[in-house]
Amino acid sequence: MITLIDYGLGNIKAFANLYNRLNIPITIASSPEAILEAKRLILPGVGAFDEAMTLLNQSGLTAVLTEKVIHQKTPILGICVGMQMLANSSEEGTLPGLGWIPGIVKKFDPSTIPYITKLPHMGWNTVAARPASPLFAGIDQNGRFYFLHSYYYECIDSHFILSTTEYGSIFTSAVQNNHILGVQFHPEKSHNNGVQLLKNFALTHIN
Amino acid sequence: MLNPRIIPCLLIHNKGLVKTVKFKDPKYVGDPINAVKIFNEKEVDELIVLDIDATRNGVEPDYKLIENLANECRMPLCYGGGIKTPEQAKKIFNLGVEKVTLSSSVVHNPSLVTELANSVGRQSVVAVLDVKKRMLGSRYDVWTHNATINTKIDPIEMAQELVSRGVGEIVINSIDQDGVMKGYDHTIIEKIRAVISTPMTVLGGAGSLVDIGQLIQKHKILGISAGSLFVFKGVYKAVLINYPKPEEKERLISENRGI
Repeated sequence: MITLIDYGLGNIKAFANLYNRLNIPITIASSPEAILEAKRLILPGVGAFDEAMTLLNQSGLTAVLTEKVIHQKTPILGICVGMQMLANSSEEGTLPGLGWIPGIVKKFDPSTIPYITKLPHMGWNTVAARPASPLFAGIDQNGRFYFLHSYYYECIDSHFILSTTEYGSIFTSAVQNNHILGVQFHPEKSHNNGVQLLKNFALTHIN
Repeated sequence: MLNPRIIPCLLIHNKGLVKTVKFKDPKYVGDPINAVKIFNEKEVDELIVLDIDATRNGVEPDYKLIENLANECRMPLCYGGGIKTPEQAKKIFNLGVEKVTLSSSVVHNPSLVTELANSVGRQSVVAVLDVKKRMLGSRYDVWTHNATINTKIDPIEMAQELVSRGVGEIVINSIDQDGVMKGYDHTIIEKIRAVISTPMTVLGGAGSLVDIGQLIQKHKILGISAGSLFVFKGVYKAVLINYPKPEEKERLISENRGI
């Protein structure tokens, strides 16, 4: 079962549609009780970092999420801004992040990007994942995923880098700290590669 | 390496899928939901769906149809047609659409862009400019209501204004080239690309993948959209939904971008 964290942000419907098609049961959780039942959590997110953190803090779910993820070690997958929320902080805002994977979210340096459109980084780009990653099982090395963002996750310890992508320079496009994972791209809008990744998160042993 | 986006554009008329020539003579080409299913299988980069009735008839967007489209789409979906207020746009986002595109409403009221960008984020707000070259001289005008009303607004100035007000992407749609399949209007594309650095998508004129390749050569990263090319096959324009296979697309891009 997949529990989609509904704190008022992110395209929850796209995840629900995709898992429904895979016949994998889902719950859309907006209460602490529903989060406590979770076996696997997805933290979606779009838009600005501070807005996302504010909405999550106001949802009253942060404490129960910490209990689930940090103490009960329930696997969680952050998507896009949901991934960035796992960091300590972001250059995009002033609020602290969850701090579950040590890192700082930084803005791309436009001077390194060789196109007229510098930001956002939008479109299909290749993802080079750490070998034998269960999350990327069955997905071609350098498979393409859909990206839409202007900030990226800089891990404090390279040990937490799960995949990298090139846009002007090489940046971290997925992170993992044991059962805590995040992807910068949108698997829910990335055709078969995205379907496979979300299926892997739901069905395989992830750590 | 990031790829340019190659985007089929679908037109909705009387709940069916149509294709026009110079914005006229809509020819029925099939069922929109069925088309989305085929484009899923073909793994298209994105999809643009434009309802060409809503603004012209002064009616609300067809929310049921939009929801059905969004439920099917396994790629980013951009919807346009009949959106006049932030409330309508938000309703459409909640149905599972990633981007909305506005045309006549922002041409007449550019401040709507700011309002929308502030509430949903600029990356989700797209403006499409339907452009037509004047008979005499080199100037272009922005037209609205399916190319029946000439606003006499200069698209180059309009594009800059919309970007300054918060639009995240501009679509340039050439009325003269629409459905003609003789190539894109490079002049207006280059004029607008020279003055805006936001993501930009061009539409109107693609007759073959060679036309798309030319744009990749010149612009490297660009949204490249086409209607007829992806719904017709052959000189007699038999209806056949098509799109380059992944390896064919990678080859088209790598051969043309020159790195």
